[in-house]
Amino acid sequence: MSEATIKPRIEKAPLGERMIEKLPVVLVPALAMLGLIAVGNPATWLTLTVAGLAMGLMIFIMASGLTVVFGLMDVINFGHGAFISVGAFVGFTVLIWLGGWTSSPSVFLNLSAVFMAILVAMLATALMGYAFERVIVMPVYGEHLKQILVTMGGLIVAQQLIYVFWGPDEMHVARPESLQGSFVLGEAAVEKYRLVAVGIGVVLFVAMRYVLKSTRIGLLVRAGVENGEMVEALGYRVRRLFLMVFMAGSALAGLGGVMWGLYQETITAHMGQEIMVLVFIVVIIGGLGSVEGCFIGALLVGLLSNYTAFLAPKVALVSTIGLMVIILMWRPQGLYPVVKAK
Amino acid sequence: MSEPLLQLSGVHTHIGPYHILQGVDLTVPKGGVSVLLGRNGAGKSTTLRTIMGLWTASSGSITFQGRDITRMETPAISRSGIAFVPENMGIFTDLTVAENMTLAATKGPIDPKRLAWIQELFPPVRTFWNSSAGTLSGGQKQMLAVSRAIVESRVLILIDEPTKGLAPAIINAMTDALKELKETDTTILLVEQNFAMASSIGDTVAVMDDGRIIHDGDMAEMVADKELQERLMGLSLEAHQ
Repeated sequence: MSEATIKPRIEKAPLGERMIEKLPVVLVPALAMLGLIAVGNPATWLTLTVAGLAMGLMIFIMASGLTVVFGLMDVINFGHGAFISVGAFVGFTVLIWLGGWTSSPSVFLNLSAVFMAILVAMLATALMGYAFERVIVMPVYGEHLKQILVTMGGLIVAQQLIYVFWGPDEMHVARPESLQGSFVLGEAAVEKYRLVAVGIGVVLFVAMRYVLKSTRIGLLVRAGVENGEMVEALGYRVRRLFLMVFMAGSALAGLGGVMWGLYQETITAHMGQEIMVLVFIVVIIGGLGSVEGCFIGALLVGLLSNYTAFLAPKVALVSTIGLMVIILMWRPQGLYPVVKAK
Repeated sequence: MSEPLLQLSGVHTHIGPYHILQGVDLTVPKGGVSVLLGRNGAGKSTTLRTIMGLWTASSGSITFQGRDITRMETPAISRSGIAFVPENMGIFTDLTVAENMTLAATKGPIDPKRLAWIQELFPPVRTFWNSSAGTLSGGQKQMLAVSRAIVESRVLILIDEPTKGLAPAIINAMTDALKELKETDTTILLVEQNFAMASSIGDTVAVMDDGRIIHDGDMAEMVADKELQERLMGLSLEAHQ
């Protein structure tokens, strides 16, 4: 067999086409620039941009699990919001227990309290995810309509359980001492907590990318998203992999719930359901199953919400849906369409 | 020809409302290449998928190395020593060639000697080792698909139409590689429509039509018997038109 018979046949796409491929990445700075022009005042713009990034990253944390769960097993989980709410309630309960730590002037104790709250909330939602997958999702693999109905039902049950354990009222918890207030940069005021949220979000995104690109589990997840059947034919149990991914996704939703709760300082049993509107928009914009797309989609939604809330509060709510419509007209499968073997 | 390695008896497979396999009896002897011929829609791919557990047989039995695998799950069947190269090749295009190979090696890291041998058989697997598998041409993808199946020694490899849609030069390369593979102690069950290719490497041959095996015997016998060929292939052609 000679080399000639199998000559390399990789052709580079024209420059223009390759640029368009990379375009989604440019959308975030482009939107930020547009924001700067529209807002005018750099200090206000900085405040809004940090707020937008923080909001976007928190939505990303909540949405990332949902998108991988869809990609891997084609499961539409309308109950994802339940993990957000439960995570927030569990996290807040821990923060109340650790009241001494949160009100202490020590930054270390403050952050330890938040860390503990996040850890316990993630553990609780991961376990809840296990039960949810086994009891509610497993019987309806491959049937979208049933998935929507039954996971909606799961969401309602979870909300009612929150009423049972925590009562019907909303819950207030002040952020720990050192996470209150703002840094002042020149004329701009940047809330400390938002910077923490940005930090956690970025670290998480980098970690997720590392896991997906460089570990065997990550390779299996990506291979499974494209062709689960072939992964099984290679000898791996996709359903067990899916259960792990589902639990991880639920834990991330729980983490997002705690962070979102601390951001608002008020939580209700319905908070997850409410934020799910944005989460679904982000997942759809990004391309169902794509973590990168979800990341960019979340940043776009976060920034746009904050700019429009400042510029034209009345259209703030519609703006994200408008963004989704525009992006889907451009790329009907989302920013990063996921390859599916059929 | 020695004791059967794989035996299907009276296998029926339903896919939704369709009754695809209608009592398949097939014996794959240990060693060599068994070829499964037949027109499109005869049930060849369904037979392979049923062996792999990707469809579950509604009745009948499949035994592999004396063990009943009819109701076993796909991963367990795979781990018992059967590799599968599906018709669509099942390449993970989002992953690199190296990552595709790594995932196929389920028992641990890839043995470097074996990898060198595979890359000798299929040079693109070396050339494009770190490239995204999605950028490979059809022929290169097919080579990767077969390479992936042999990354570790397997008892049996099921290959579904490895020459489909490929240029003649690549078909020759694939045929040479399968011939070399045949020299190892791996048994191959090959689904093929290209009779020239199939007859050049097959030891035994079975012909399928309408979900049943309609002929079963030695390849040499079939190659020698023009009338038999005419009858079976003619039948296939007629049914095809």
